[in-house]
Amino acid sequence: MADPMRIRANVVGDSTEVKVLMNHEMETGQRKDAQGKTVPAWFIQSVTATHNGKTVLSAQWGPAVAKNPFLSFRFKGGAKGEKVQITWTDNRGDKRTDEATIS
Amino acid sequence: MNARRRNLLQAGSGMTLLSVLAAAGWLQPNTALAADAWNAAAFETKSMDDTMKALGGGTPVQSKAITFVQTPDIAENGAVVPIGITSTIPNTESIAILIEKNPNTLTAIFDIPPGTEPSISTRVKMGQSSNVYALVKADGKYYVAAKEIKVTLGGCGG
Repeated sequence: MADPMRIRANVVGDSTEVKVLMNHEMETGQRKDAQGKTVPAWFIQSVTATHNGKTVLSAQWGPAVAKNPFLSFRFKGGAKGEKVQITWTDNRGDKRTDEATIS
Repeated sequence: MNARRRNLLQAGSGMTLLSVLAAAGWLQPNTALAADAWNAAAFETKSMDDTMKALGGGTPVQSKAITFVQTPDIAENGAVVPIGITSTIPNTESIAILIEKNPNTLTAIFDIPPGTEPSISTRVKMGQSSNVYALVKADGKYYVAAKEIKVTLGGCGG
């Protein structure tokens, strides 16, 4: 199981700013190890962010997103104390969901 | 002649079986959808034109309404290049990041539902100095803006 994400959600004006730091190797499948064998690709393919059950952002990623990906975005609405949920799925089918409280 | 006929019949019955399974809910349409959601064809493309074809768009229009924010001109480390893209085009539906000289051009697609600001930032890997394109889909049309980022140390291939 992957390590937890670090999520920060803050109210900025009339919108909520979300910053996410995910823990993931994001292996491209281009690299070779010491024996010259290709390291298989292992990366996050899709990310979904929801707020009150409504999707506020969904993304599809390729292997060129940097290791331990960072993502930031803003959506309208959201109040202090409400929760934002982030879910990612990688190409091995591994999944992780974390949530943060808007502050 | 006969052999071909057998094959056709088999293929036909195979299809029916699949659809029956799907109808019965055995194929779990949800998981199937999740797998489909990742546009493998688009992520495997190796040039801007191919990516546009895979996304089903024509030639994108150059637009000054798309800006790069907090994006360096020179990236010291290609393994971590911050990219921020903001679009002021009304009804922006999605923002994609394309890196011309990476092994695969398409890096990420962000779908922007109504209510979310068309502004995202993330970090990407770049193999070498290259043009980076911000591709924005708004009202079904594609718009693009480019920025050259110089990389002093490659991030792909190590």
